[in-house]
Amino acid sequence: MPSNKPRTIIEKVWDNHIVAQREGAPAVLFIDLHLVHEVTSPQAFSGLRERGVKVRRPDLTFATVDHSTPTTPRNLPIVDQVAATQVAQLEKNATEFGIPYFGFQNLNQGIVHVIGPEQGLTQPGMTVVCGDSHTATHGAFGALAFGIGTSEVEMVLATQCLLQRPSKTFEVKVEGTLKPGVSAKDIILALCAKIGIGGGTGCVFEFTGSAIRSLSMEERMTVCNMSIEAGARAGLIAPDEKTYEYIKGRKFAPKGEEWDKAVAFWKTLPTDEGATYDHTVTIDADALEPMITFGTNPGMGMAISGAVPDPASQSDPLERESLRKALQYMNLQAGQPIAGQKIDVVFIGSCTNSRMTDLRAAASVLKGRKVSPSVRVMVVPGSQEIKRQAEAEGLDQVFRDAGAEWREAGCSMCIAMNGDQLSPGQYSVSTSNRNFEGRQGKGGRTFLASPLTAAASAVTGVVTDVRSL
Amino acid sequence: MQIQSTVAVLPNDNIDTDQIIPARFLKTISKEGLGDQLFFDWRYNADGSPKADFVLNTPAAKASKVLLAGDNFGCGSSREHAPWALTQYGLQAVLSTSFADIFKQNSLKNRLLPIVMPKDAHAALFVALEKDPALQVTIDLPAQTLSWPGGPTVEFPIDAFAKDCLLEGVDEIGYVLKQDAAIAAFEAQRSISLNTLA
Ligand code: SF4
Repeated sequence: MPSNKPRTIIEKVWDNHIVAQREGAPAVLFIDLHLVHEVTSPQAFSGLRERGVKVRRPDLTFATVDHSTPTTPRNLPIVDQVAATQVAQLEKNATEFGIPYFGFQNLNQGIVHVIGPEQGLTQPGMTVVCGDSHTATHGAFGALAFGIGTSEVEMVLATQCLLQRPSKTFEVKVEGTLKPGVSAKDIILALCAKIGIGGGTGCVFEFTGSAIRSLSMEERMTVCNMSIEAGARAGLIAPDEKTYEYIKGRKFAPKGEEWDKAVAFWKTLPTDEGATYDHTVTIDADALEPMITFGTNPGMGMAISGAVPDPASQSDPLERESLRKALQYMNLQAGQPIAGQKIDVVFIGSCTNSRMTDLRAAASVLKGRKVSPSVRVMVVPGSQEIKRQAEAEGLDQVFRDAGAEWREAGCSMCIAMNGDQLSPGQYSVSTSNRNFEGRQGKGGRTFLASPLTAAASAVTGVVTDVRSL
Repeated sequence: MQIQSTVAVLPNDNIDTDQIIPARFLKTISKEGLGDQLFFDWRYNADGSPKADFVLNTPAAKASKVLLAGDNFGCGSSREHAPWALTQYGLQAVLSTSFADIFKQNSLKNRLLPIVMPKDAHAALFVALEKDPALQVTIDLPAQTLSWPGGPTVEFPIDAFAKDCLLEGVDEIGYVLKQDAAIAAFEAQRSISLNTLA
């Protein structure tokens, strides 16, 4: 419980939400915002029905559809009957339990982690959960935001609380200035490469340092989004003027007197002078290069100027075997430069990189250029609101003129549940967050990278360092 | 809760939940029928026939209640479909050196034991199973031990509360529902104002 000891923002948000703490038991932690999507919620609602329990706080709950929904024009029906059933089920559940819902046809529909901040639902100091591991995205606002399983979704629906033990605190300090061509995505890919996919297990990250402070809110979301890819359930950034400015005036943001009260509270959140972390790692922003993954998990990444590592150089036998299997799946040779590797598809989208900053970055490369005729390029905005804004700026025209597809909002080829997918053996450069085997379609091979790298590679048809264009 | 069983071995590190159950099977609105989809893309050929050399297709593995895997099992997506698929296949415990946080939580809620082993014992078990694939391990949840003939008795950590819930069949949601008064008191003094219904 609160004491005079200096605390990190992670501990402050935690302390503020303890409902009950019995000796030896996990804390009962209050949840300020519960986001719900179609894939991980149906079984939770069934559980509520079986128990005869209502949703305790529909006013702190928000639902949308994004994963299994097509990104083809919205006047077309959902062809996949299984997906259509799942979407209809969420609609039914939302109506029955009185939960606000952005349906498939709603003009503000989008990826759940994009619309939370966009609508002003996500605010500093909150606890935010969703049955989705990229809930960490909302940490960009100084919220303690993490993914939960479906049993926990049911618990939060029923009680607005979770049973939790505190995580360890892990400071990720990023100091310096990013060079041109290097972006927020490269920071987080560099962290994954440095500490590995399990490096943050049991921890919550706080991203600090001058390079983080100079990021926009959208870029901060990109960084926090992939905390889970380095093993941490959550990752957050203390709020500052940029945070307040982003939130102000959004639909669900506090208004009038409430706003002043909220800002005064938010200003108490940043980590106290003298507070300590369980772990710290430092990343030198000045030294960062554009990053790209070469393997089958997000920790298998390197600078784009690098060469594919040799399994023989790994001392641990299981690690050697993992790397060997990864290279076999990717059909890459140890020692080959990653730049120049031929690709088939470029995907620009996902809750990691589908916001205006990302689309502008990609468009800045594609403007006046054509995508390689051998490459399919899909640009999928994170929300219908972003889609409209991009169209108002003429970005859609830039993409179309270059020969890219401009689609409706959703998760799309990040998870390949909706028909947008790679064919077996195809390579993609993708701005999404996971390069697991088959993640973008059975047998598909993914290189994770930034929107700049993705756009540059779209032009040449091979993995390309944007600085070389 | 005592488990005595042979062990299916999957020696990969960082087995992610997209492998445990690929995303295209998550369009279901039920918890059932996921056992056949477990490790689908590693388990079946393009024509849908089982790959004879994949461990989970062997009769020995089908009879096993325990899976031994490499480091950091269950990383990636939060899908609870992963423990649902593992338990529906017939597994009751997974042995690794570490588990991803969300997977660990999800497993405990589905009576699947995520057993964290020290590195040396983990390596020793791989060796022992290579010598004798029919080796049986014994997992004793009350004592928090894992042992096998000719091997050490390994103590494993498990959250004390989760252990009680498993042993006494406590329903966690029911447990929190009973704390209604504390939740109401907390709600009454909350300062954050949000109304998603507005
Ligand atoms: S865009 Fe990808 S990572 Fe993000 S919520 Fe959708 S499926 Fe998950």
